[in-house]
Amino acid sequence: MTEQLPAITFYVLSFAALGGAVSMMATRNVVHAAFWLLEVMLATAGIYLLLSAEFLALVQVLVYAGAVAVLTLFVIMLTLRRREDAVRPYPVGWGSLALAALLTGIVLVAITRFEPTLAALPEAAPGVEAFGREMFSTWMLPFEIASLVLLVALVGAVWWAGGEDR
Amino acid sequence: MSVGLPHLLTLSALLFGIGMYGALSRKSAIMVLMSLELMANAVNINLVSLSRFVTPESMDGQFFAVFSMVVSAAEIGLGLALVLAIYRRLRSVELDAVEELKG
Repeated sequence: MTEQLPAITFYVLSFAALGGAVSMMATRNVVHAAFWLLEVMLATAGIYLLLSAEFLALVQVLVYAGAVAVLTLFVIMLTLRRREDAVRPYPVGWGSLALAALLTGIVLVAITRFEPTLAALPEAAPGVEAFGREMFSTWMLPFEIASLVLLVALVGAVWWAGGEDR
Repeated sequence: MSVGLPHLLTLSALLFGIGMYGALSRKSAIMVLMSLELMANAVNINLVSLSRFVTPESMDGQFFAVFSMVVSAAEIGLGLALVLAIYRRLRSVELDAVEELKG
């Protein structure tokens, strides 16, 4: 008999994530949508904790719930001239809905067929210390490349968003 | 009722579908970028749960998720900077307003 994930916690977090995502699509207000996205990101951090990925949960809260949410809200604020502009007409987009539903349906069928192979949860999950050791031994080169990518993205973002006098 | 890998994959597939619907149907560039973040988030859930169930010792999926987060953080930063540049030029963030390349 193997270890189990706590079912109630999982269902609560899944409900929070899916409900937040649906509300994000259902609301007409862009600012409300940004806050619903923030809620989805926090629920995802909870799911990472459930999967004993503590470091990723921390990064998720710092990067997505912190930096990305603030950045999104700032851009919404800077690109709205009046408060009423936040409330937008609601395009249903039946074609997009059908396409997304079709893809999701195909993936769900694939998951049900995949089910019998991997069901049991393995016992051991290493902690943050092992994660750090792996990060700076096996994944050293990708880590350096990632820092370079972030630097280039930072410079590019400043250049694009910069002032008028160029 | 036990929670296994299929439940997590189902959650991730549903989140990805909702994000895809948003990215395809919204007219505001900011909403499209936020929907893209939702899709990237769904992919990360998939990576982390597969890592937990398939390679719990070496944690490969968690590293993939970290690098995926790096890339999507860079993407949202550049995307929002681009939205600001478009706004300064066209006074609008509607994707329908960006039609200079339309033949």
